[in-house]
Amino acid sequence: MTSTYKDSGTASLKDEEEFTDILEERRRTTDLGYALRTFNPQLYKGAPSSSTSDLKKAVLESQYLRYIAKEIALETGSSVEKVRQEARGILEEMSHNLQLGFIRLMAYTFNKVFKRLFRSIYVNMEGLNMLQQAIQESPVILMPNHRSYVDFLIVSFILFTYDIPIPVIAAGIPLASMKVVGEILRRSGAFFIRRAIGSDKLYWAVLSEYVRTIVRTGCAPLEFYVEGFRSRTLKSVVPKLGMMDMVLEPYFKGEVFDITLVPISISYDRVVEESLLALELLGVPKPKESTTGLFKASRVLQEDYGCMHVNFGRPLSVRQLCEGKINRSEYNLIPRDLPQRPSTEIQDCVNWVAHLIVRTQEEGSLISPWSLMACLLLQAPITTLTEEGLQWHGLTEKTLWLRKLVLDFRGRLNWPAHTPDSDVMSSTVALHRSIVHHKAGRVCLVQDGDPASQDPLSPEEGVMRTAAAVLMLVSYRNQALHVFVRPGILATAIHITKSTQKDELFSFFCFLRDVFANEFIFIPGRASQDFDEACSLLQKCGAVHMSEQEVTVLETGLEVLSFLQKLLQPFLDSYQLIFRYLCENGAHVFTEKQFLPAVQNLATKLILSGDLHTFEVLSSDTQKNVLSALRRLEAVTKLRASQQNEYKVNKAAVRRTGDILSGKIPPESLHAIPDARL
Amino acid sequence: MASNSSGSDSSDRQRIAQQRLSVIAGHLQRPVEGNSGILAAECKAQGDKLDVSSEGRTVPRRRQEIMKWNGWGYSDSKFLYNKKGQAEFTGKRYRLSGMIIPGLREWMESTFGANLQHKTPAAPILNSSAVQPPTLNEAFLKELKSTGIPFSHDAEDRVFRSHGHCLHEIFALREGKIGRVPDLVVWPNCHNDVVKIVELACKHNVCLMPYGGGTSVSSALECPPEETRSIVSLDTSQMNRILWIDEKNLTAHVEAGIVGQDLERLLNESGYCTGHEPDSMEFSSLGGWVATRASGMKKNIYGNIEDLVVHIKMVTPQGVIEKSCQGPRMSTGPDVHHFIMGSEGTLGVVTEVTMKIRPMPEYQKYGSVVFPNFEMGVACLREVARQRCAPASIRLMDNEQFKFGHALKPQVSSIFTSFLDGLKKFYITKFKGFDPNRLCVATLLFEGDREKVLQHEKQVYDIAAKFGGLAAGEDNGQRGYMLTFVIAYLRDLGMDYYVIGESFETSVPWDRVLDICRNVKARIVRECKDKGVQFPPLSTCRVTQTYDAGACVYFYFAFNYRGLSDPVHVYEQVEHAAREEILANGGSLSHHHGVGKLRKEWMRETISSVGMGMLKSVKDYVDPNNIFGNRNLL
Repeated sequence: MTSTYKDSGTASLKDEEEFTDILEERRRTTDLGYALRTFNPQLYKGAPSSSTSDLKKAVLESQYLRYIAKEIALETGSSVEKVRQEARGILEEMSHNLQLGFIRLMAYTFNKVFKRLFRSIYVNMEGLNMLQQAIQESPVILMPNHRSYVDFLIVSFILFTYDIPIPVIAAGIPLASMKVVGEILRRSGAFFIRRAIGSDKLYWAVLSEYVRTIVRTGCAPLEFYVEGFRSRTLKSVVPKLGMMDMVLEPYFKGEVFDITLVPISISYDRVVEESLLALELLGVPKPKESTTGLFKASRVLQEDYGCMHVNFGRPLSVRQLCEGKINRSEYNLIPRDLPQRPSTEIQDCVNWVAHLIVRTQEEGSLISPWSLMACLLLQAPITTLTEEGLQWHGLTEKTLWLRKLVLDFRGRLNWPAHTPDSDVMSSTVALHRSIVHHKAGRVCLVQDGDPASQDPLSPEEGVMRTAAAVLMLVSYRNQALHVFVRPGILATAIHITKSTQKDELFSFFCFLRDVFANEFIFIPGRASQDFDEACSLLQKCGAVHMSEQEVTVLETGLEVLSFLQKLLQPFLDSYQLIFRYLCENGAHVFTEKQFLPAVQNLATKLILSGDLHTFEVLSSDTQKNVLSALRRLEAVTKLRASQQNEYKVNKAAVRRTGDILSGKIPPESLHAIPDARL
Repeated sequence: MASNSSGSDSSDRQRIAQQRLSVIAGHLQRPVEGNSGILAAECKAQGDKLDVSSEGRTVPRRRQEIMKWNGWGYSDSKFLYNKKGQAEFTGKRYRLSGMIIPGLREWMESTFGANLQHKTPAAPILNSSAVQPPTLNEAFLKELKSTGIPFSHDAEDRVFRSHGHCLHEIFALREGKIGRVPDLVVWPNCHNDVVKIVELACKHNVCLMPYGGGTSVSSALECPPEETRSIVSLDTSQMNRILWIDEKNLTAHVEAGIVGQDLERLLNESGYCTGHEPDSMEFSSLGGWVATRASGMKKNIYGNIEDLVVHIKMVTPQGVIEKSCQGPRMSTGPDVHHFIMGSEGTLGVVTEVTMKIRPMPEYQKYGSVVFPNFEMGVACLREVARQRCAPASIRLMDNEQFKFGHALKPQVSSIFTSFLDGLKKFYITKFKGFDPNRLCVATLLFEGDREKVLQHEKQVYDIAAKFGGLAAGEDNGQRGYMLTFVIAYLRDLGMDYYVIGESFETSVPWDRVLDICRNVKARIVRECKDKGVQFPPLSTCRVTQTYDAGACVYFYFAFNYRGLSDPVHVYEQVEHAAREEILANGGSLSHHHGVGKLRKEWMRETISSVGMGMLKSVKDYVDPNNIFGNRNLL
């Protein structure tokens, strides 16, 4: 039924044939008939038939919550009954209230909406079949990526269609506060988690017991986003561990025999919120989730969003994943009901599993032709894009070249079969006419705003306008990035070190992997596997020649290497710029609120002066990632006492990191291989 | 000290006992005990001990006279399929003996996919030429001869003492494969004989391996293959007398070689019992119980071996260890008895034990309760333990084992009984709505005076009712306990038809009982699948003992090995995985089977490095030359 990581991820063109368009049948039958279909799923064999009130009762009466309530009462001086009352309130706010009637309503509505929005929704039937099997054997955790609001409930919709138990879904609390819709979501299986829980002990306790009880009893599959939130950049986000930890704990403590994780990769030809995302990244705040906002958004229904792919990954057995990594007997000496800080071994394992899942999601997602074009468009000088435009002919040729490279790199490509390449190209551009337009054999970037406006834009405003368009392109490029990252980092290492020595390249590779660990998903402890993979891919496409000690660049490989290196150049430029800002401009202590606009100002200035060639540093996501990376490398520390996220910077350390990144000094052997066991 | 209180009252009892004994002796096809007189004479020098047990011994020196060489128990008792293809149990010794068991065949076929056409018969007789010639230490032998202690280097005698009853041991014997066996067997007759043997062994550097009842399931009796010295098996079976009974203090002083059934029977003759009844009690010996920390079915009333023992005498290479008095409890540093109990023959030979005895219970009553599912059953047992009102024995079988027990029902003689059975089944499954694939049953045994038993019974049934339990009759209960004695025979039948299996046990805190049962059973199923076992295995468990803070859980695991090239290896891998699972789920390495060599690898993580060092330093002091070289435990 399940299999280890090694077996998954081998993609081939054949996979495409296994996808079935689930909208096709929907278009042929009535929506109402579909919504009222008999629904009789096979449940987990150990699951008792329990209602939501049973679940709540079990949580409230758990030994764990009793203990915590007592502890809190003691700490705060209030009565245990009061604390328990508070816990009850938290639970009420949190709980799902899954009802089949509302699933039917949801299915009915979604059916209507999806048929408008998408040409097709492709689902891999084999994955669904494996899921159906897995659900009967052990508690199942559904782990989709999250790229759009549209995919909230898509999994429920599909499972309803195929007679598989409906999941309960972890959602952010803002959704709950939407009038009517919040309640509908709740009754469709959503449960709601506050955003900043911080150190609210009681809240953590209620939430974790609630999640664990769902997993323990196996009353319904549990769905949550291991990335924590919707990725604004369409790039995978470094996983959050809180929820993952709660989900895995019942296995660690022996309360269930096994847990099955099902990574689900959802990919879009075109993301509904594309322009909103870019604006948000540039600091324009996102609109608050509200019901009226939802109705206003109904204009999006007029547009064409191409296809959606939902790829159900191979179910992974937690038992198999964790074998040899953890020792479950560490829970033997303390009652399992008591709170216990997991050992570093367990924490590392949770972290590893979470990364593995995100990687698997990446491998399962489909890359559209548009993503390939975005990669290439972004490598053209910005003035070409905004002014005269890129030659259509050249772009087509290069895109086809890139298609081959993606296949060489074992990426999953969503390239329509039996269609002439030129048609694919032009229909792709047509679908994305909000970003580029194709005219007279040239492709230009579409920039928002009225060019005939009375007030000419200031130069700074001009930069932001272009940035909004570029960041949209960037997000589509990001959808393809995971295929190129590992060979890309090797190509960058070759470019910067100019070395052919394998060990030298490896140590620089590790350094880059370390610096960019917030940017790309690297499975902890797999540096040498990643390096080997990069080597073998570059060798496979004829870019390099490998020997025991050396990596030599081949004449035929220059095109590939230069493409890869340019692909990652914006990241290097962005990081260097922020390093420079921290070393030269910034104070020793700064807040996040000061930092973000200051970096944006500096970057804007440099873009205008022609000294900076990337707009990506303007993205708050990039800025935050750099900060996280520096904290991880201990060049920046967060001040503890501070309420408003104050940071202290070690300028020498930042400078040194920058110097290594530019190749001025070699990377010190950073790795004492802390997690060798992983 | 020797002869005690026994007034006219007790001699009366003895007279009655003698009469009863002769009746029992008639039932048992007791072997001829030609040499018992001589042996007793040899030890007469020890004094005027009241030899309560001059008659009625079960185990002869030549075990082969009554026991199987490659299977469990008596030669005359076994399961087989008769010409009509019906299962039947032969012999006359047990309640099931001579009966047809109509449901067994279908159960075996449906549970294991076994088939009467596919047989794997055992090698019929022991081929002495397959046994390696003994490595004898001539100097030792010469001095041994001069003591007059009986010994033998006959191949059969040696093979009998080379194994316990682990699956791999019996499987090898059935295939006629014989590995390293002891080079010599000696039969000391009393404590002083043992002292002489140990002295000679030390003098001549001979390896000694104590042998009691031979029922070990931990590879404890396996000769270490790396042992190059002459290995002498020290068979205690002839040291089997009750030396005295102290009715004022309710203790009995007994030679350690006595087997459980003899001890119980002989004490019964005097109106007493120890109440210590491990499932192996027909064959296992008092010394073996002490050496492995045994546990008996009725421990709730009588206690486990550590609760029963008052005084122990053990012969070690450093001399004899014993306490100076028989105080019921002492604060004199760590209890040295606890170095002996569980030492598994690595420190010396237990020769005599003073044990608590109790007057025989006035009244015994079996019982059983059906629960809708295993979870409810465990919850009930937990409540019974919480209220500290456990009957002498309470055991909870899971659904698979319930079905298994059902398959072992003998043919009913009357239409009325079968009608009644049908009615009961209807009542439970249809009227009460129990799912036959989920329900489980607890068997109960109450003991004491009549009034208290009835009161106690009501209390337990009332608790059971709170957990959805329905009383299911005395008969089911009694059959459950009877099965514990014949179940070991059943494995031999399985092995005739490609089915191998074994049981293993653990102890675990209450809150983990359900989890460990589920996880270990599931692990067994998954491992079998992964290891290429073609048929789904039988993976079942029961909770056999309750304690204040936890329970003892027994797992049974068996599978059809058709299609596997090395079934024993597969079996061992699965059992290994199951033990890992037990430990990961907070279970102990063993509740009462012991460690032997089978579970040695987990000792360090079980008792910590310091704990290992403590045990090792005791071993190093007591037996620096590793005379007791069975290499168990450490």
